[in-house]
Amino acid sequence: MNSLLAQLVNLLGALLLMLAFAMISQRRIVSLVNLFTMQGATLAVATAVVGYVTRQPHLYLSAGLTLLLKAMLIPYALHRVIDRLHIRWEVETLINIPSTMLIGIGVVIFAFNLAIPISHLSSTVASGTLGIALACVLLSFLMMITRAKAVPQVIGFLAMENGLFFAATSATYGMPMVVELGIALDVLVGVLILGVFLFQIREQFDSLDIRNLEKLKED
Amino acid sequence: MNLRSIFTQLLELVLALALAPLLTGWINQCRAWLQNKSAPALWQPYRLLRKLFYKESMVADNASLLFRTTPYVVFGTMALASAIIPTVSTNLPLASAADAIALVGLFALARVFLSLAAMDIGTAFGSMGARREMLVGFLAEPALLMVFFSASLISGSTSLTTIVDTLSKQELVIYPGLAFAAVAFAIVALAENARVPVDNPSTHLELTMIHEALILEYSGRHLALIEWASSLKLMAYLCIGIALFAPWGIAAGSTPGAMLLALPVLVFKLGLGGALLALLETLSAKMRIFRVPEFLATAFLLAVIGLLVHLLLVRP
Repeated sequence: MNSLLAQLVNLLGALLLMLAFAMISQRRIVSLVNLFTMQGATLAVATAVVGYVTRQPHLYLSAGLTLLLKAMLIPYALHRVIDRLHIRWEVETLINIPSTMLIGIGVVIFAFNLAIPISHLSSTVASGTLGIALACVLLSFLMMITRAKAVPQVIGFLAMENGLFFAATSATYGMPMVVELGIALDVLVGVLILGVFLFQIREQFDSLDIRNLEKLKED
Repeated sequence: MNLRSIFTQLLELVLALALAPLLTGWINQCRAWLQNKSAPALWQPYRLLRKLFYKESMVADNASLLFRTTPYVVFGTMALASAIIPTVSTNLPLASAADAIALVGLFALARVFLSLAAMDIGTAFGSMGARREMLVGFLAEPALLMVFFSASLISGSTSLTTIVDTLSKQELVIYPGLAFAAVAFAIVALAENARVPVDNPSTHLELTMIHEALILEYSGRHLALIEWASSLKLMAYLCIGIALFAPWGIAAGSTPGAMLLALPVLVFKLGLGGALLALLETLSAKMRIFRVPEFLATAFLLAVIGLLVHLLLVRP
């Protein structure tokens, strides 16, 4: 039974990676937010399963927190923001999608190779998933790099936090509760501030293209 | 190879030939229901086949021998393909003749012949359809191979019967790599069988069609054979999907009891798969032809990641 549950953690990790890849290949912002919601929900389930397998009740708490924050509150806020900015169907990328995905494959191979010696040292149930978590983080990095507009960058940042959280859960059964609460609060406040920031960018430049921010003085 | 295994082989082949039009009819029915239309009868494809077999075959003046032999070649390859995919039992004498790689080759052979025949007449639609079919084909093939490799990494063999044997006999193990392979396989199956996001099987709108453009010049028994072959191909793909991702319930030997038990399980799984396909088709919109390479590249990359994930997580 326990070995099956450990495999379930592996499967959920693979699902996280799949969702990270789907986010990279997604053009539309609304679908991006929906994928982010699914990633948050998957992460919550994975955390709860790890908590059940290892009998660590504090992981239930962080799973609940993840579900509340990343699958409900933050997606709701993001939907509000993109509704208010009228960018639900906006289409944008810096590099075209197929090349981004090819780079993504390279990133995944790099992450897996990097993680193998580390996960040999770890003896937790889900030590194999460390590579997947690392790949998720790097893929979110890639998404932030290849997107020109501000909202996908914010989503990439949040997805990166998802990957980090999964890495912590799989390698060390989660961080201390105080740290976890702090990070959760940080992410929430970060989203709120970035939301305000988005409106400011829009007001200044009539566009959400962050390349506008490269100019330091008005001409 | 004894008499009983030959009988199993024959049974499987006859089953595929008989059930393939029924499956097409079932998918059409599901699609009509989901789209709020009144559905055609379940045996409409049989009626179509009978009508076409009775009709006269018209062949263009400048058609070569290739044009006339293609329907038989295509039908033959599809029949062979459905004979080597384990559906009811894994005790198949023919299966040792061709493994998963050869199976992909068989599909490619049929595709090449269809495309050549379409260009043979020299009409604009034929060559346009042939070009598009080859575009879809050469992108879908490597993805399909990668899907097969993900499954053969687990069982250590590319033979389909061995893969199914290993997957169905062992105790329940979750392979995350196979989850990626399943998504990739669904994309490939949609593209290869000319289903909605890539091609619309029920349209004759000139600018968007792929498969229909290829067979535009065929009539009578030639068309009947090709229609039957496409039903067989659809069924073969569903059977591959079942064999790789849900192989439970298949009979290992050729005992009549086990096979009698495996048959309703297969029919149930095919019905479920067909309904799922209809649902996928209804939910998605036909994409531009220039988006198809991206769609299929996604399938290939997912299959490759599936391989990588398998290598990462399952270490001996």
